[in-house]
Amino acid sequence: MTVPSPAAGAVRAPGRGRAPGRLVDPKLLLGILVVGALLVASLFTGVYDIWGADDGAAMFAITRVPRTIALVLAGAAMAMSGLVMQLLTQNRFVEPTTTGTTEWAGLGLLLVMVVAPEASLTARMIGAVVASFVGTVIFFAFLRRVTLRSSLIVPIVGIMLGAVVGSISTFIALRTNSLQIIGVWFAGSFTDIIRGQYEVLWITGLVGVAVFIAADRFTVAGLGEEIATNVGLNYPRMVLIGTGLIAVATGVVTVVVGNLPFLGLIVPNIVSLIRGDDLRSNLPWVCLLGIGIVTVCDLVGRTLIMPFEVPVSLILGILGAVVFIALLLHRRRRG
Amino acid sequence: MIRVTDVIKRYSSEVAIGPVDLTIEPGGIIALVGPNGAGKSTLLTMMGRLLGMDGGSISIAGHDVARTPSRELATIVSILRQENHFITRLTVRQLVGFGRFPYSQGRLTPADEQIIDRAISFLDLTGLEGRYLDELSGGQRQRAYVAMVLAQDTEYVLLDEPLNNLDMRHSVAMMRHLHDAAHTLGRTIVIVLHDINFACQYADRLCAMKDGRVVAFGTPEEIMTSEVLTDVFETTVEVIDGPRGRLAVYY
Ligand SMILES: Nc1ncnc2c1ncn2[C@@H]1O[C@H](COP(=O)(O)OP(=O)(O)OP(=O)(O)O)[C@@H](O)[C@H]1O
Ligand SMILES: [Mg+2]
Repeated sequence: MTVPSPAAGAVRAPGRGRAPGRLVDPKLLLGILVVGALLVASLFTGVYDIWGADDGAAMFAITRVPRTIALVLAGAAMAMSGLVMQLLTQNRFVEPTTTGTTEWAGLGLLLVMVVAPEASLTARMIGAVVASFVGTVIFFAFLRRVTLRSSLIVPIVGIMLGAVVGSISTFIALRTNSLQIIGVWFAGSFTDIIRGQYEVLWITGLVGVAVFIAADRFTVAGLGEEIATNVGLNYPRMVLIGTGLIAVATGVVTVVVGNLPFLGLIVPNIVSLIRGDDLRSNLPWVCLLGIGIVTVCDLVGRTLIMPFEVPVSLILGILGAVVFIALLLHRRRRG
Repeated sequence: MIRVTDVIKRYSSEVAIGPVDLTIEPGGIIALVGPNGAGKSTLLTMMGRLLGMDGGSISIAGHDVARTPSRELATIVSILRQENHFITRLTVRQLVGFGRFPYSQGRLTPADEQIIDRAISFLDLTGLEGRYLDELSGGQRQRAYVAMVLAQDTEYVLLDEPLNNLDMRHSVAMMRHLHDAAHTLGRTIVIVLHDINFACQYADRLCAMKDGRVVAFGTPEEIMTSEVLTDVFETTVEVIDGPRGRLAVYY
């Protein structure tokens, strides 16, 4: 192993634990530029000829701009939800799709649409958010009872729970002839995002602000209930706030975009491997990487079989599974 | 002052801790000793409000631990548990910095940074402060946890087997440091120790537990006798006079 080097302390200069004050980190700036370029590419990718056609500019504003904004909001929201969930559960392998939260959101959405087919977008969203909250609370309650909190058992149970909830949804959908709703939800995609339908996604922006404000408290919560309580954090309240934020983000994204598997899992893990877990300075990176990955997946989905589209959830699923396995192997190696 | 009144913890129908009655006067080191399963950790975690009790009450410096808000208590008492495990990847310095959380809520001031520096250098971690915790040895990590608790800078400090994994040099250094803190700053440090000789050397009071109850409480001279120790640990212990006071011989 390496010898403790006295230089490490000297270089960091005492009193500079987290390098405060440096507002624009050059690396972060580079990241923003790269993701910005991807978003521009997203704006100008598509079958419709926005330069040539008469209504090109209008189409651009009606479809391309909303789609790109949706990529930004949904990508950042799901990545942050995953991060917060991992801190609250102290388990690296959980995120809304491995804990059943998205399935619950789907169920909530379906129930609202079955009970009130004409329900407004807001009503559907509330249904999804409430169901996600209930589902997450159930999952957390289960987690309090298991001892091996950091084990892989946790996401496996979460995925099973999700599968049960998902099949209940399918059953209800079969009985009420609404399978297409399930289908749309299952294949999360940005294809149908147009002006007038995506705006509620801005709510996830508020969630992001809340996570930024509470960043230090979430990091402390991530040290576990006991250490957190020792330093004076109201742990139960923090779990409640976190659950609420996750539920709102997941619910809203599920209603507007659909299922975005693994995003919340791979993004925080990659960031943590590279930068450690100082949440406040990591958050911009988590958002950026989340946006970057969804945007790339969406671009691939749009161009692969042009003029048709592959749902972004499919590509994310494949990419996510590969990264997930790589992470597992990597963590095993490090012990 | 720590006042423990009729405290009971029932884990199951067979296992119960207490009732424990105990008064710990402020200032000095109080060593909790006793065999495995005696209830030392249970009592300590209840004092540190990390574990609820099934009867009785505990107050620290006049604050009932069950009722005082956690945030207020965090500036009065700090606790380190026997086992610590978390998945968050933090550097030593970041971890120690969280000891300042009760005061700064995460926004460290220059004064906080100074206290962190001091805690880090007390525990001989200066060369390691930029390292991630998962890249440290067991003893180094243990020292980082203790540094975090010291950075919390509270009147009352509860430590559950802080010498776990420490080598001789660091064990002695830590005990000396705690002894200084107790005597120059007037801190009250309750510490679970398995090495009875360490306890005798550095503690001002020994509290012996067995089967969930306090069976002896007193000065090292009172507790460090062959009769008391043999009874508490249920193994033959001889006490001899060493160069620096009494020594228990049990092997
Ligand atoms: N969470 C728990 N659930 C059930 N029983 C428990 C629990 N924690 C401790 N116990 C039991 O309570 C008793 C006291 O345990 P405690 O951890 O307080 O002992 P200890 O004196 O700290 O022992 P050690 O020296 O081994 O750390 C033991 O019999 C133990 O089996
Ligand atoms: Mg113990």
